[in-house]
Amino acid sequence: MTSSPSAMAQLNTGQRALALIGGEATDANLRRYLHGIPGIDAVGLEQRAADLGSRSIKTSSKKWAIDKIISLIDLTTLEGADTPGKVRSLVGKALTPDAGDPTCPRVAAVCVYGDMVPHAVAALGSAHSAGTDAGVNVAAVATAFPSGRASLAIKLADVRDAVLAGADEIDMVIDRGAFLSGRFGQVYDEIVAVKETCRRADGSYAHLKVILETGELNTYDNVRRASWLAILAGGDFIKTSTGKVPVAATLPVTLSMLEVVRDWHRLTGDKVGVKPAGGIRTSKDAIKYIVTVAETVGEEWLTPHLFRFGASSLLNDVLMQRQKMTTGHYSGPDYVTID
Amino acid sequence: MTRLAVPKTYKLYVGGKFPRSESGRVYEVRSHDGVFLANAAQASRKDARDAVVAARSALGGWAGATAYNRGQVLYRIAELLEGRRAQFIDEIVKSEGVSAAAASAQVDEAIDRWVWYAGWADKYVQVAGNANPVSGPYFNISVPEPTGVVAIIAPQTGGSLLGLVSAVAPALVSGNTVVVVANERMPLSAISLGEVLATSDVPGGVVNILTGSPAEMAPWLASHADVNAIDLVGAGDLDWINLQIDAAETLTRVLQPENGPDAASPSLDRIVAFTETKTIWHTKGLI
Repeated sequence: MTSSPSAMAQLNTGQRALALIGGEATDANLRRYLHGIPGIDAVGLEQRAADLGSRSIKTSSKKWAIDKIISLIDLTTLEGADTPGKVRSLVGKALTPDAGDPTCPRVAAVCVYGDMVPHAVAALGSAHSAGTDAGVNVAAVATAFPSGRASLAIKLADVRDAVLAGADEIDMVIDRGAFLSGRFGQVYDEIVAVKETCRRADGSYAHLKVILETGELNTYDNVRRASWLAILAGGDFIKTSTGKVPVAATLPVTLSMLEVVRDWHRLTGDKVGVKPAGGIRTSKDAIKYIVTVAETVGEEWLTPHLFRFGASSLLNDVLMQRQKMTTGHYSGPDYVTID
Repeated sequence: MTRLAVPKTYKLYVGGKFPRSESGRVYEVRSHDGVFLANAAQASRKDARDAVVAARSALGGWAGATAYNRGQVLYRIAELLEGRRAQFIDEIVKSEGVSAAAASAQVDEAIDRWVWYAGWADKYVQVAGNANPVSGPYFNISVPEPTGVVAIIAPQTGGSLLGLVSAVAPALVSGNTVVVVANERMPLSAISLGEVLATSDVPGGVVNILTGSPAEMAPWLASHADVNAIDLVGAGDLDWINLQIDAAETLTRVLQPENGPDAASPSLDRIVAFTETKTIWHTKGLI
């Protein structure tokens, strides 16, 4: 890291990447750069994550954390059996998570397949944020989610469709095959191309979340390299998983990604978001993530712009915890919706 | 050479496993004349909550099993108890201070009670259900179905094994799953029954046994929204009026405390108490 933070802040994303990599984004240059990043102490990382997960969060802190978690959720349905009706009911739940308690906050976004975006936008109506800070965003998975196995032209068309239909956020998958075989340049170029396709007619951009699918990257070092690669290429968010492979988000993986985000912030002053997705089902787990974020990058990251949970069943568990705290007695699945 | 005794520290029986109490607490179990017998886990409200989760997740499988199969599984418990009767007699003699003959009679009765209730599994529906006469070309049929998760405060006096079995068995017959708070002062029979159940054909989570203070756990179980019924048979010494009120807040069925030697005596009513009646209309065939 030769450049000073102030100098880095002057440059745009592309120039910044060139300055850091020390040349064009070719396989060789990227490999030299990414393999020059210090390796991860896996034992230390897991120990640190376990320590952060052992904090006791009770009473008023827990209440705060639970409302915070709800406001950070990307409420997700990504099934082959999705229908417009299911998306409508998902949107209903996003707007009114707990019908018995109007003080319950809304979730950050609904996350659906590209062809469901028009239905989500229509169902949200005036509650759709559409570029403003108020309201609920629509996130669409794109680029041949979840495998990413399609030609670039198809992937870009997928993204273009979703953006045109009104998606505020695009969740793209990287080409893990290319990444694992060392074709970093290809992965980089794809992210740059997708980012450009996120551009709307008025010149604004849909937010780009880059899914690393950490369950397929095998090592923490690869996760760290993929995180750097995604950030260098201009991703607004780095996201752990599709939720479609057996190993999804884990606390150590998320911690290592947060460390990259922290380092990037120190280097450039830019804030990149993190989204753990898949496998987070209980509020207890989610609170561990909240603690990890606050301790690694700071509490200012705990906003929907910079941190999200990709989850479907998490919301019901959080709502039951919330009901327990308001009513004083344990709640049950009869008091939340069946999704 | 004298040998150092190895006192045992027992655990809970939740979800087919034997976890320690989440709180880490244990309490001393003493014989009727004050001799230390063992340490038992002192369950907390969070253990009760975990037990309800385990019971809820086991409900589908147990309620969905055929009545005939449930009867076989309950009968199998009686068989296993028969095989371990010496251990149960020994524990009853030590805990209750009764004679070996009385303890043996209690174990016999407990075994017989499993057999009696096992027999009802595929018969109670015929007795409690009904074909209703209606003025139209329909069959109108009422059938009892299990209510769901049943919390039980086991009898705190009388026979420590018989009281527990008398309260747990009827709830299981129709396909409910059970969270039972054992006899606080004499929990050894309950703990040993947990070990029997773990090696029987009863699926994990169908019976969950908590040892510890009923006064501590009962309010949380009564007010728990995911508990469908609570049997307060052994809650006579608690503030059970308030437990009933708490239970009513979340639409929980309640059975009131019973005292004396006839507490939870075998009856069809105890089976039907934990059922909900489903009534079905069906068109008659036109032939």
